[in-house]
Amino acid sequence: MTLHTPGPESPAPGASAARLIYARPEVLRDRSTHYCPGCGHGVVHRLLAEVLTELDLPAHTIAVAPVGCAVFAYDYLDIDFVEAPHGRAPAVATGIRRVRPEAFVLTYQGDGDLAAIGTAEIVHAAARGERITAIFVNNGIYGMTGGQMAPTTLLGQKTTSSPFGRDAALMGYPIRITEMLAQLPGVTYAARGTIADVGSIGKLKAMIKRACQVQMEGGGFAIVEALSNCPVGWGMTPQQSIEHLKGPVVEAYPLGVIVDRGAVAQPTHDLGCPSPAHPEA
Amino acid sequence: MTGEREPGAQADANRRARVLMKGNEAIAEAAIQAGCDAYFGYPITPQAELLEWMARRMLELGRVFIQAESELGAINMALGAAATGARVMVSSSSPGISLMAEAMSYMAGSGTPMVLVNIMRAGPGLGGIGPSQSDYFQATKGHGHGDYRVPVLAPASIGEAMELMATSFELAERYRTPVMLVADGILGQAMEPVDLRFRTPERQTFDWALTGAAGRPGRVIKSIDLDPEVLERRNLDLQHKYREIARRETRWEGWQLHDADLVIVAYGTAARVARTAIERAREKGIRVGLFRPITLWPFPSHELARLSRHVGGILTVELSAGQMVEDVRLAVEGRCPVAFHGRMGGLVPTPDEVMGALKALKGRVDRIASPERHAHMAPVSRWHEPPERTEAEPWIHERVRRGGRR
Amino acid sequence: MPWAPIVIAEDHCKGCELCVTACPKHVLALDRSRINVLGYHPVELTDAAACTSCAFCARVCPDAVFTVWAAPREELQR
Repeated sequence: MTLHTPGPESPAPGASAARLIYARPEVLRDRSTHYCPGCGHGVVHRLLAEVLTELDLPAHTIAVAPVGCAVFAYDYLDIDFVEAPHGRAPAVATGIRRVRPEAFVLTYQGDGDLAAIGTAEIVHAAARGERITAIFVNNGIYGMTGGQMAPTTLLGQKTTSSPFGRDAALMGYPIRITEMLAQLPGVTYAARGTIADVGSIGKLKAMIKRACQVQMEGGGFAIVEALSNCPVGWGMTPQQSIEHLKGPVVEAYPLGVIVDRGAVAQPTHDLGCPSPAHPEA
Repeated sequence: MTGEREPGAQADANRRARVLMKGNEAIAEAAIQAGCDAYFGYPITPQAELLEWMARRMLELGRVFIQAESELGAINMALGAAATGARVMVSSSSPGISLMAEAMSYMAGSGTPMVLVNIMRAGPGLGGIGPSQSDYFQATKGHGHGDYRVPVLAPASIGEAMELMATSFELAERYRTPVMLVADGILGQAMEPVDLRFRTPERQTFDWALTGAAGRPGRVIKSIDLDPEVLERRNLDLQHKYREIARRETRWEGWQLHDADLVIVAYGTAARVARTAIERAREKGIRVGLFRPITLWPFPSHELARLSRHVGGILTVELSAGQMVEDVRLAVEGRCPVAFHGRMGGLVPTPDEVMGALKALKGRVDRIASPERHAHMAPVSRWHEPPERTEAEPWIHERVRRGGRR
Repeated sequence: MPWAPIVIAEDHCKGCELCVTACPKHVLALDRSRINVLGYHPVELTDAAACTSCAFCARVCPDAVFTVWAAPREELQR
């Protein structure tokens, strides 16, 4: 069957008023990604590209790429990028933030990067209330290295480094790190969404947009956790991985806005202390 | 010292003024005057005063200062700031520098300019807080993973450290590389009268800096390349850059070399001890000169090799178990005897000790020069086996326990 | 040539079938007779007339292969 398919330049013949409903955002480069079939990173990249475009941010953005599957994010998003050592993206972003107050600063990290090797960096960037937007893709596994257990791996989940399933007695419990971060007064916005279905993807996009707006409005640290899948690492078909995501994963990591303290960071007098040693200060 | 610019005559007077300054503070102020936009640090002895000076001054000047959550945090903040083209500095001491190895490798690989100051203390491990030069290997032989080098500058006085701060920023930006300035704890902690003469390297515009992709495609600062061919090409480019640096930026100082029979090779504080020893040796009629590398990498190998053709012997003095002496031997290639004297653990060799080592070296050189020298030489070929081990030798443990020196 | 509301960037498609399950009208399927440059069976629109241009496919696609058009309003009103 041959169908005429209108390109963006040439709408369908005899249908000059055809309306464009959806097109790939321009900032998402027109090339195939290295991600496996069905991988949620592609969805998060696309949402990010859409939001940046809608907020007119690409020309002002300096982004920090992680180590892990998303290490090549700069091949797909046509914005300025710096590579960070494993886990250090929030520190790298802090350096950018402080010397470029006018830039829009973005980090993109996976769960091994952010919730294991980079815990100190993410906690302290959040504690300082750095005006950065952090995108945290949580698929509960180290995908790039072959599907090893991550700090976010569910109890009982089999991975290449927990071949008998994650046992809490031996390997501890999954970390809800976004909830942990939300405790900190420097965090203006923290939310968790997922790429599991069309509705959730819409909500996730709204969260990413809000996290970007927080930074534009002068707020503090903003983080969006995107629960994602890893069909290959989980040993599932893409469709099975989506079902798993909707079931046990979302159960372990509840969806929704965890904290939204408004654009401008709230005063934190309750955490301050008078300094008798330096009365002049 | 408070205002960044003071008007007219006052500024001239200040610039000429000689004031007593602590090494750490003088280095910090020199970095500020060299146009350092951002400083990131973490407290560690013996460089804490550098951090403290920055904490006050950088904020007074409206520049960036962050006390990071760790040395990892500090150096990665520097990586981010430097990627945007800012003039960036980090300082620490030995254990902290070890933590920074990772980011240094990334910065060398991605061509990110930055200056790292190491006020060296004694190791290994937590070691002690006394002065040391035991990070020579770490600084000159790689530090982190991968085939890379960083220029390493080693001042021998606080005044020189101030001048070399400006040079460090220049080298970093000219060659797109991290640069290390290493000084032992004495240079960090001691106070010396210094000229308040500062230098601000000219600002360049960088065609690689991340400024937001306005009207141009996105730029990437990265070290990764999974294509071996491409990665080898990048490595070859790096090596080419290192050869250029070695050719154009090698720095060293000679003193009393014109008639020297023996030469001491030493840098930093060890070079100052060596000077005193050389003065005493010359009083006793032993003609000794000083060869002081200022760049530890690139090491002044060619100059030292040339020198080794004209002298009887070389003594290397370090605050270490003998690290730079390996580079000295590589440069000398057996043309003359190379002896070593060093102290560890935060101790500094005394001029008397150095004198003793010089006399021993002189004896050795004289024997080689004597007609009967062949009588002293070992057989050309000899099979050497370690002695058969019978029992755990208690004296070894005894010595280790006592931390005994011979 | 019949009207088609979607453009598929076939060579970016990895045949994950997430769009196939997301499609409320069940008009997407992998074309098992072809293999694209990446080595996958690309997705195809099986019934253009039944497609409502809801763009669910585009919203779930990890590889952003879909461009979605809606028929002109006058056509819908007829």
